[in-house]
Amino acid sequence: MTNKERIAGNVAGYVDDRTGAAKWLKKNLTKVFPDHWSFMLGEIALYSFIILLLSGTFLTFWFDPSQRDVIYNGSYAPLSHVQMSAAYASTLHISFDVRGGLLMRQIHHWAALIFMTAIVVHLLRVFFTGAFRKPREFNWLIGVGLLTLGIVEGFLGYSLPDDLLSGTGIRIAEAIIQAIPVVGSYLSFFAFGGPFPGHVFIPRIYMVHILLLPGIFLALITIHLMLVWYQKHTQYPGPGRTEKNVVGYPLMPVYMAKAGGFFFIVFGVTAFLGGVASINPIWLYGPYTPGQISAGSQPDWYMGWLDGLVRMSPPIETHAFGHTISWNILIPGLIIPGILFTGMALYPFIESWITGDKREHHLLDRPRNVPNRTALGIMSLTFMLISLINGGNDIIATHFHLTINGIMWFTRIGLFTIPPIAFVITKRICLSLQRADRDLVLHGRETGRLVMTPAGEFIEVHEPISAAKAWTLTQHLQDPALAIENVDEHGVRNPAGIKGRIRARWSVANAEQIPAATVTERKELEDGHH
Amino acid sequence: MNHEFEKFSDPGLPEHVHRNADVDPIAEKRAEQQVAILFVLSALGTILLIGSYIFIKPSSFIYLPVLGDTNTQQLLLGVGMAMSLFFIGMGAVQWARKLMSDTEVIAERHEFRSPDEDRADFVATVKEQAALADVGRRTLIKRSLGLALGLAGLSPLILLRDLGPLPKKEFDTTDWKKGTRLVTDPGDRPIKPSDLEVGAVAQVLPELSGGTVRSLENIGKDAVLLIRLRPEEFNLDTERLSWTHEGIIAFSKICSHMGCAVALYEQQTKHLLCPCHQSTFDVTRAAKVIFGPAARPLPQLAITIDADGYLVAQQPFTEPVGPSFWERSS
Ligand code: HEM
Ligand code: FES
Repeated sequence: MTNKERIAGNVAGYVDDRTGAAKWLKKNLTKVFPDHWSFMLGEIALYSFIILLLSGTFLTFWFDPSQRDVIYNGSYAPLSHVQMSAAYASTLHISFDVRGGLLMRQIHHWAALIFMTAIVVHLLRVFFTGAFRKPREFNWLIGVGLLTLGIVEGFLGYSLPDDLLSGTGIRIAEAIIQAIPVVGSYLSFFAFGGPFPGHVFIPRIYMVHILLLPGIFLALITIHLMLVWYQKHTQYPGPGRTEKNVVGYPLMPVYMAKAGGFFFIVFGVTAFLGGVASINPIWLYGPYTPGQISAGSQPDWYMGWLDGLVRMSPPIETHAFGHTISWNILIPGLIIPGILFTGMALYPFIESWITGDKREHHLLDRPRNVPNRTALGIMSLTFMLISLINGGNDIIATHFHLTINGIMWFTRIGLFTIPPIAFVITKRICLSLQRADRDLVLHGRETGRLVMTPAGEFIEVHEPISAAKAWTLTQHLQDPALAIENVDEHGVRNPAGIKGRIRARWSVANAEQIPAATVTERKELEDGHH
Repeated sequence: MNHEFEKFSDPGLPEHVHRNADVDPIAEKRAEQQVAILFVLSALGTILLIGSYIFIKPSSFIYLPVLGDTNTQQLLLGVGMAMSLFFIGMGAVQWARKLMSDTEVIAERHEFRSPDEDRADFVATVKEQAALADVGRRTLIKRSLGLALGLAGLSPLILLRDLGPLPKKEFDTTDWKKGTRLVTDPGDRPIKPSDLEVGAVAQVLPELSGGTVRSLENIGKDAVLLIRLRPEEFNLDTERLSWTHEGIIAFSKICSHMGCAVALYEQQTKHLLCPCHQSTFDVTRAAKVIFGPAARPLPQLAITIDADGYLVAQQPFTEPVGPSFWERSS
C-alpha cells in the first residue's frame, strides 16, 4: 500500500465510522451517467444558477436597495448632481467605482439570460424526447415551477437598479396588478405601500430577489437533482440500451471531471461575455421618473413574448355597473400565460390519459416517432415565437422598414393561424421521417454507385445498414389507439360522452404511425430481388 | 394479419474501441502535455486578472472595433477571469476525454413500484394507524380541526394587511384643482400661451403650493402634455373645444393603457405615441385611440388663463388618469 492509499483509506474509514455510509458511497461514486450533448442543457441551467448566486452575492455588498432620494456625486460625470434613488446611485457606483463591479453586473445579467435560455431549451429537450413520462412527472412539474419562478426572479432583478427602463417595467407590472378585478387597486396599494411608485417596492422585491426566491430555487433544484439521481437518468435508444439498464460512465472520475470541467467552461464563457459584451448600460437611461420614458424600450427576451401579447391585444374594456374590466390587460397579461403554463404543467398527465399508457419509461423517444406530441410542441413554440416577434415590433419595423400596423396585423392573425399550420406540417414531417427510417432499414443506404443489370438497366447499389442502426431505427413502441367504447355494456351512451370522445379522437391521432420495418419484410424484399 | 412479423433484435453494446492514447505511449504523453498546457493557460489568466486589478487605472478607456469605447480595466479583468475559469474547465474535460477510462459501464434499473405485498402492507398500516386515532369516527374533531387550520392559514393574510394603506379615492384624484397654474417640468416656471409656438409640445406639472416637495407619486399622476395647434385644426365638440386655449390643448401624459409616459409627438400627423405598446392618440380628436391596445383616450385637462395671463386649469380632471382599475366607473 502506498502512502497515498493509506491516507485515502483512513479518510474513508473516518467518514464511515461516523456515518456508516461506506456502502452507500461506494454505490453512488460509481453511479452510471449516460452521455449525450442534450443532457448538458440542464447542467448549464444549474451552473448558471451557481454563477448567479456568486455574482449576485458580490453585488449585494455594494447595492443599496433604497428608494430614498440622493444627489449623485460619483465618477460618471454626465449624471453628476442629478437627483436619483439610492438604488440607482449604488448601481452606478458598482458600475464605475468598484473595480470589477461592472464586470460582475454584466456577468450577473448574462448569467440570468443563459439561465433562462438553458431552462427553456432543457425543457424542450425533455418534452420532445418524452423524458417527462412516468416515473418522472414530478421533475417535470418542478421544472415548470423553476421556469415560472425564473421569469419572476429575472424580472425582479431587472427592476432593482431603478433606472428609467426598469422603472417603466415596474409601472407596467403595477398596471397588471391594478387591473385584477375586485381586489386590484388594493393589491397594488399593498405591494407599493401606497400610490405608485412609493418608497418601499424596491426594498421589498430586493428581499424576494436575493432571499426568498433563491431559497425556493435551491430547494426545488435539490429535489430535482435528487430525483434524477434516485430515478437514474434516461437514455437514448441504441444497441445495448434497454428499459432495464443505464449505459454510461461512472460518476467517479469521468463524469465528475467532465461535469466539473463543464462548470468552469460555462463560468468562463459567462465571464468572457461579461467582460466584452455590454448589457443593460443603466447609466444611459437615467434615473426613473414616471413622467419620462426611453424610446425603443425592450424587456429581456423571456418577458418579450408577454410584451408582444400585450401589444397585439385589441383595445377592449368593459364598463358596467360602475366597474371596469380591462380585457386588453387581463387576457394577454394573466389569462393566456395562465392557460399556457397550466397546460404545460399538466401535459404529462394529459398525455398518459390520452394514451392510457401507465408504464415506466426510461428510454427516450426520438421526436419523429411521436408525431402528435412533437407537432404539439412545435405548435406551442410557434405561438411563443409569434408573440415574441410582436414584442420587438418597433425594433423590427425600423430594422426591416415595415409598419408597426403591418406587423401587428400579421401577428394578430398569425397567432391563431400559423400554429395549427405548424402542427400539421410538423406531423407530416415526422411521418415522412418515419417512412425514411423504414426505407433505410428495408432497402439500405444509397451508395451512389450504379451497376448495369444483365438486362441493360442501371440500378443503384444499396448497402445494408448495420444491425445496431437497424435496431435503433425500429426499437420504438408503436401502441395502437385506445379502444374507447362510446356506449357501455348495457347499450347506454357513455356518461363521459364528450370527454370520452375527445380522448378517443386524440388517442387515434396519437397512434398515427408508419409501421416500423421488420426482419420479415426485409427478407421478403431481398428474396423478391433475386 | 395472420403471420407474426419478426422484429429486429438488439445486437447489444458495440465492442469497445481503444483510443490512441490508450495504446500509444507517445500519444498518451502528448495528451498529458495538452492538459497541462490548458491548466497553465488558466494560471496566466488569473495573473492577468490580478495584474489588471492592481496596475490599470479604473478611468482608462480604449477604443475597440465592434465594442466601441471600453473601460480597459473591466475588460481585462473579464478576459483574465474568463481565461482563468475556462481553461480549468477545458483541462478537466480534456483529461477526462483523453486519459480517463472511456469504457461504458452498465447499471441495472429496477421498477419503482414496490411489490404488491409491500403496497398492501403499507395500505393496511395506514388504515390501522388511522383506526388507532379513530379518524373516521370523530367527525366533530375533524370538522373543528378543519376550521382551526383554515383560520390559522388565513392569519398571514391578516398580518400582511399593513403592507400599505387602502386606496380610498387615491386613484380618482390628482393635484390639479380649479385655478392651479401649469408650470414647466423641469424648471417649475409658470407659462403663458405665448411661450408655446404652434406645433410645440411641453411637459407641465401643477404648481406646488408653498413649501411642498414634489414626489414621484405626484408626477406619476399629474404629468400633463401641452400641445399647441392652430385652433382650426381641432375636431372637437364644443365642450372639449372650450377646454382648450388659443389652440393649446392639455392631456394627461400617463398612458390610459398601462401608465407609461406618452412621450412621442409626431408633429406632422398630430399623433401622440406611447413607446411601451405603441398606443397612438389623435390630438385633434381629443386623444382618441387610433392604434394599439389602449382602450380609452388620454384624459383631457381643461385649461384657460388667469388674471396674470398664465395658463391654469379650469377644473380638476373629470376622470381618473392612468390605467384602468376595478372601481373606475367609465
Ligand atoms: C435565478 C436567479 C437570478 C436571476 C435570474 C437574477 C437576475 C438578475 C438581473 C437580470 C438583474 C439586473 C442586473 C443588471 O443588469 O443590473 C439582477 C440584479 C441583481 N441581483 Fe440577481 N438574479 C438571480 C439571483 C440573484 C441572487 C441569488 C442574488 C444575491 C444573493 C442576486 C442579487 C442581485 C443584486 C444585488 C442585483 C442588483 C444589482 C445590479 O443590478 O447591479 N441575484 N438580478
Ligand atoms: S402603456 Fe401606453 S401603450 Fe401600453
